[in-house]
Amino acid sequence: MNALSAKARERALYLISPVGLLIVWQVLLMAGIGDRRFIPAPTDIAARFWMLIESGELAWHVGATLWRVFAGFFAGSVPAVAVGLLMAMFRPVRIFVDPLIAAIFPIPKIALMPLLLLAFGFGDASKIALVAIAVFFPVVVNTYTGAANIEKIYWDVARNYGASQTVLFTRIVFFGALPTIFAGLRIALAVSFIVLVASEFVASKVGIGYMIWNSWELLQVDIMFVGIVTVGVLGLLTSVLFNEIERKVIPWKAE
Amino acid sequence: MAGARRGAAVEIAALRKEYISGTGRVLALADINLKVAAGEFLCIVGPSGCGKSTLLRILAGLDTQTSGSIRIDAAGWPVQNAMVFQESGLFPWMSVAKNVGFGLMTRGVPAAEAAARVDAALRLVGLTKFRNHFPHQLSGGMRQRSAIARAFVTDPGMLLMDEPFAALDAQNRVILQAELVRIWEQTGKTVIYITHSIDEALLLGDRTVVMTAQPGRIKQIIDVPFPHPRDLMALSAAPEFGRLKLDIWRVLEEEVMRARTEEEER
Repeated sequence: MNALSAKARERALYLISPVGLLIVWQVLLMAGIGDRRFIPAPTDIAARFWMLIESGELAWHVGATLWRVFAGFFAGSVPAVAVGLLMAMFRPVRIFVDPLIAAIFPIPKIALMPLLLLAFGFGDASKIALVAIAVFFPVVVNTYTGAANIEKIYWDVARNYGASQTVLFTRIVFFGALPTIFAGLRIALAVSFIVLVASEFVASKVGIGYMIWNSWELLQVDIMFVGIVTVGVLGLLTSVLFNEIERKVIPWKAE
Repeated sequence: MAGARRGAAVEIAALRKEYISGTGRVLALADINLKVAAGEFLCIVGPSGCGKSTLLRILAGLDTQTSGSIRIDAAGWPVQNAMVFQESGLFPWMSVAKNVGFGLMTRGVPAAEAAARVDAALRLVGLTKFRNHFPHQLSGGMRQRSAIARAFVTDPGMLLMDEPFAALDAQNRVILQAELVRIWEQTGKTVIYITHSIDEALLLGDRTVVMTAQPGRIKQIIDVPFPHPRDLMALSAAPEFGRLKLDIWRVLEEEVMRARTEEEER
């Protein structure tokens, strides 16, 4: 009972900072401090939010962005996990791949956008490819780190109990690395939103990034805010979803 | 499990193990000559760093000797050896049943047969109710019992045990020692058991090998004359037990002290 109310209090505290910020923002604008044409009040943004939801425009942009994020996320993370595991299991693979990762990881992925437009055109494919590339690196590095740091005793047990290379790969190295792989996927999820919204600024006619950039060009500041808030909300929701998946997939991870 | 079968016989001749370490070559094992009879329970004691774990790892095929030979005759056994490690080494991502059945899965034992054997092994160590638990949900003693079940289920000719109960509390250790001896008496497997406890060596084994400090050599082999089946608690209170323990301690003490002075000189 007591613990429950303590939890409820914590949850309330959790909400105070964002809600407080919105109230201060609203009050300042209503008091005439700041120009409401450039800095819309939270109520103005909410009203616009509602209008865009009702018209279906927001759903249209969100749908495009989410599709690109998920397609790119999977296209990038699946090969990244495979390559990371191979790097940990076979030294030559690591020696071969390591310099490529070291060289390409630090390149800002958005700088590849013109190249990808040349290769894949103006449609979804170029954006999905960009997300996939951006996702690949944090996931491959985390997978390798996780797989390479599997406790020695698990290798010993596996070998002593007759594990083949295939069993090692699918039952030991993969699962042993899984907690670290998930840490990499979590970073990758945030990264995919970052690069995708940026690419939609310049290379798209649909998507949240396009919506933000377009409203800037038309000086519709309230729509700009709607776009920014939407990205935040999408990030939050996918992260919650991700937590649920992680709990299902890694039940042995101590709570 | 097996009836009157006798476990694997081992013959180690002129075994030597050197490591290449940062500063040069380290001699870990030298002149190891040892015969282990089929079905024997052999204990090895020695000061830390005497290479007893290395010897066991070589027998398990996890390490290779620099020179010398090992002959293991495990004819009639489906698996030559299975090792039980100091920490259980259970895979945290597998249920107890999956862990116990691991050595059957890797060897392609059909699922129905494997399930039956896993059931039997879980019954043997009293963990039937915990078959679907994950290792982190078990106590240390239960984890170690799972590891023992995992070794027995493959029906190895020889069990290699590296201080399997060292991390347990005293009460759990006594119970598991008794269980191990009981299972061993039933199955006739050969056991090579490493420990730093003279008590444990005398309670469990038919013979005790005392090893020297680095490099590990066999200093003395002592016959443990107590008959089977053993009542471990009664045995540990017997006067002959105390006398034998003192004898072995005199041998071991010398080596422990030598290891200490060498460490200080380094």
